[in-house]
Amino acid sequence: MTNPSTRPAAPQATQSEDIVLRTENVSVYYGAFEAVRNVYLDIPKNKVVAFIGPSGCGKSTLLRCYNRLNDLIPSARVTGKIAYQNNDLYDPKVDPVEVRRRIGMVFQRPNPFPKSIYENIAFGARVNGYKGDMDELVERSLRSAALWDETKDKLKQSGLALSGGQQQRLCIARTIAIEPEVILMDEPCSALDPISTLRVEDLMHELKQRFTIIIVTHNMQQASRVADYTGFFNAEAAEGGSRFGYLVEYEKTESVFNAPREKSTQDYVSGRFG
Amino acid sequence: MTLNQSDKIQDITSGGFDSEVTAARKNFGKLMTGLVVACVGIAILPLGSILFMLLKNGLSRLFLNFPSVFTELPPPPLVEGGGFSNAIMGTIITCTIGALLSVPFGVLTAIYTVEFGRGNKLSQFVRFCTNVLSGVPSIIAGLFAYGIVVLTMGNFSAIAGGVALSVLMMPIIIRTAEEGLKSIPSEVRQGLVGIGATNFQGVTSVILPATLPFIATGVTLALARAAGETAPLLFTALFSQFQARSLSEPIATLSVLIYNFAIAPYANQNSLAWAAALIIVVLIMFVSILARTLTARKIY
Repeated sequence: MTNPSTRPAAPQATQSEDIVLRTENVSVYYGAFEAVRNVYLDIPKNKVVAFIGPSGCGKSTLLRCYNRLNDLIPSARVTGKIAYQNNDLYDPKVDPVEVRRRIGMVFQRPNPFPKSIYENIAFGARVNGYKGDMDELVERSLRSAALWDETKDKLKQSGLALSGGQQQRLCIARTIAIEPEVILMDEPCSALDPISTLRVEDLMHELKQRFTIIIVTHNMQQASRVADYTGFFNAEAAEGGSRFGYLVEYEKTESVFNAPREKSTQDYVSGRFG
Repeated sequence: MTLNQSDKIQDITSGGFDSEVTAARKNFGKLMTGLVVACVGIAILPLGSILFMLLKNGLSRLFLNFPSVFTELPPPPLVEGGGFSNAIMGTIITCTIGALLSVPFGVLTAIYTVEFGRGNKLSQFVRFCTNVLSGVPSIIAGLFAYGIVVLTMGNFSAIAGGVALSVLMMPIIIRTAEEGLKSIPSEVRQGLVGIGATNFQGVTSVILPATLPFIATGVTLALARAAGETAPLLFTALFSQFQARSLSEPIATLSVLIYNFAIAPYANQNSLAWAAALIIVVLIMFVSILARTLTARKIY
């Protein structure tokens, strides 16, 4: 078992790549409770990175650090350093709203705005100061999210009238429209049926040409299908009985699934626990 | 499930277990149903009798020389005919002033407590105050308006009446607006944050539009309440026999007209009070139905 408080000794899987996000010794606390401890992890550009692990191991918590969404929880506190292209995300001078414009997010449950399909996409672009041809942007975003054919005749209809899978693709289209560099996805398929899930996964393969994607998933097949790199998180009991999450192993996806270095990774990916 | 178990279940259903409901239980059930129906009858009796009396006494006067009650001024004592056009206008004016004051403050208060305060000390305190305010007797609201408007302006006025009504409308508007804001799922707020919208952009372009049906409901309910209030208007708006010429003068309202004319010793005034009461009740029912249809259009 790795001592989670030290940097993994093995060479970083992502050494030779162009790094977008650097995570150095990051721990997240909710009040006195430590949710994630001492994570070192680099996210390479134009790749899909999956976070897997059992519930309560802090993968979603870590994901929410990358766009400062934890700021919304008053008791949350982040230590360590997260650098986005060499800028410290948690520098007091950094505007969290600006961070979220560069690092978009797709949530677990589809959450279109109570507006028309068109407005769902146009709104995000407008708040980000987009001045160009809005019709063209809406079409382009919907096409990128593989939703154009289904919605081109009903752009004025409410986004809430779509099916769950379509809503989630609308949320992806909305995120694409603001042209972020990184897209965070927090279990984006957990509320979708298998066919919608496949469509979203296909979409991810296309999107990684233009974006860097970090996806949290409970579905290991999904991680093995979409991810270039996979980080396995686990939870462990700390002194006093409360559990904290930590990064066990972070490697190319094939090696995490086929030749994991750690016993706990092996157990998890082969379905022996978790 | 094993075959054995299903056999057993069949055994029980076919075997004779007491499926007959005893006569005593049947009678007890009938008795209780009868009691409940009687209670319902008693509960709607006041409304029924009020409507009956209003229709019986008010309808004939309403259609006497129709539409004179809507167009003419209150008659002097012992003169036949007349109407209360000034009081109808006065009720509309004072309620409008009340709404103009209470809607912006009420909606902004709700936005603070739900969207920005998020359960902090101040928003808890505001919520507590709202509850207290909704329990304040309406005559106290009238005293408040008397103290801050009538005394400082030096005379009774439509504005003073409107201020008094706004105090009564405020808690209703705050509460319905809060309900509306809370009905919006937190996922939508996260989505707004996720696309890089500022709080202001999120609230003004997404949250508030989605809350509009609730706010409209609150406003109509508050108007229905305010239209029927008499006590706060007695010593703020006072009364006037004539059409209002400005907002800083005493103004007639339907509720105060009913109060004045119902206790007047003249038959014509009494019957005018019945007609006015009928109009107020119809108005309030209409507004309540409107409020229901508005809520039916809500998004979440």
